[in-house]
Amino acid sequence: MSSGRPMIDRYRWYEYVAIYCGMALFLTFVLAPFVEGFLVSLKPLTHLFSSPYRFWPDDGSFDAYFTMWQSVPLLGRYIVNSLLISTVATIAVLILVVPAAYAFARFQFRGAGALLGAFLAVNMFSGAVLLIPLYRLMRSMGLLNTYFAMIVPGVAFLIPSAIWLLRTYMLRIPRELDEAAWVDGASRFYILRRIILPIAGPGILVVALATFIGAYAQQFIFALTFNSKSEYMPLAVGLFAFFGKERVVWNELMAASFVGIAPVMVGFIFLQRYLVAGLTAGAVKQ
Amino acid sequence: MTGSRGATLFALALLFPAILYILIIVAYPLVDTFTLSFTDASLRKTVKWVGWANYQKIFGGDFATIIVRTFVWTFFSVAIKMIIGTCGAVLLNALVPGRALFRVLTLPPWIVPMAIGIFMWGWMYNGQFGMISGVLQNVGLLDRPLAWLAYGGTAFWATIITDVWIGVPLVTLYLLAAIQSIPKDLYEAAWTDGAGRFYRFRRITLPLIVPALVTMSMLSLIATFNSFDIIWILTQGGPNGQTTTMIIDTYKTAIGSYKYGEGAARAVMICLFLSVFCFFYFRVVSKISTGEAK
Repeated sequence: MSSGRPMIDRYRWYEYVAIYCGMALFLTFVLAPFVEGFLVSLKPLTHLFSSPYRFWPDDGSFDAYFTMWQSVPLLGRYIVNSLLISTVATIAVLILVVPAAYAFARFQFRGAGALLGAFLAVNMFSGAVLLIPLYRLMRSMGLLNTYFAMIVPGVAFLIPSAIWLLRTYMLRIPRELDEAAWVDGASRFYILRRIILPIAGPGILVVALATFIGAYAQQFIFALTFNSKSEYMPLAVGLFAFFGKERVVWNELMAASFVGIAPVMVGFIFLQRYLVAGLTAGAVKQ
Repeated sequence: MTGSRGATLFALALLFPAILYILIIVAYPLVDTFTLSFTDASLRKTVKWVGWANYQKIFGGDFATIIVRTFVWTFFSVAIKMIIGTCGAVLLNALVPGRALFRVLTLPPWIVPMAIGIFMWGWMYNGQFGMISGVLQNVGLLDRPLAWLAYGGTAFWATIITDVWIGVPLVTLYLLAAIQSIPKDLYEAAWTDGAGRFYRFRRITLPLIVPALVTMSMLSLIATFNSFDIIWILTQGGPNGQTTTMIIDTYKTAIGSYKYGEGAARAVMICLFLSVFCFFYFRVVSKISTGEAK
């Protein structure tokens, strides 16, 4: 490496070998299912069910990517549903969380600590624990088998982390800014809208991204239990029906999975920088 | 501007929508779970108060086994996540070419819908044609195909590994952030004194990321204890109930057999354990943050 680097950061050749070998092992674990899943999507079904096992498809083709549209006719719907559910959930979370995070970051009132603790305690329950009463609640609100049955409960469990992350971000905005505006006679609401929100913009973006991914990656149990209409199903549940069949058509299932996650993966490639930076910053510095 | 009555009212007004939402969607169902657990609620219209009958019933069964199994499953999953996460964080922290790319490549399991990742693992565990069995046979570690999800013992570990896989990206990134917040001069001082790389890791990195490790373990513990998707998709709690954890057991009772009352009693038991974890979590976090303030 460059000679300008301090000695402490220089590695000997065997250290390089060790680091890259370790990295290769680590990334193999993380990425193997994707690689294998992709190769499976290329293999013809007859070849797939043949022993002995062969890693590389020697007669690979993209056929499954065309035939799957007959087997999973609603795939396009599932993809849109997934994105729609996550987007609406993210917007709802932001509407609830931005004012709440501001309140926690800027105002000292009695019980503030306990209240923040109560919000964080919500994190300990998953939807699965409260499924029975939530099912009854959705039924009495008339939301079963609608998009809202999947959005409304999901939002509640996304609120705590979002509050925590955004509060952390807002705490770093210098108090002098809003105090100066307050002295100049600006109203509290004006300060929130014209001073805090613009400065907290990047933080809100990170929270929005993290919330979106949470909403997107975890949409399973509510969609499985509270909705039975295929046209409203998100990707995961739509394909689960396909997965649960007696004979799973693996190559088409994998092809549908890859097409299904493609939009989010493309978005991730563009936004990964914000995600990595934002999440780690919010996680450790308090 | 802070502390005055107007400020407090304003803060409460800002918090009101979020509080109301949580009260309706989390607090009310929580209370409802407790109430339901003392009834025989089911698909029938009539609901009768049955006192402790549901609790007597579940403890008459194999509930103790399920609790122990849940704890073992959770313990190994969290422990393996922390070990792999620490190794991953140390590797990603190394100043080698390509590390920005490696960091990005760590994230996909967390980005994709969990269920999709689990489908892929479902195939990997396939006995006749899956990757793991296939590769192990090619290497010579297995002499015949092994269907990982068909036997209780292997299915138990298979579901743990998949849970680890889903959890590792966040643990790794979090620990990486913790490592990066360690002041550089500590390492330089040790280096000047002739301390080797491993020594610096053991004596500087490891002790200083302990708070982050503890916090992450607690958070991971709570999430793993609640884990549903992985087991439900891969084994539905089978074979022979050998991967049935408390969450799966509750789901089967309540949603599978429509025994809402008995399911609620099982859910209450989960809540009790979670409250204990949560109590320790807050204790630990407040201890760590006061420790840092000193």
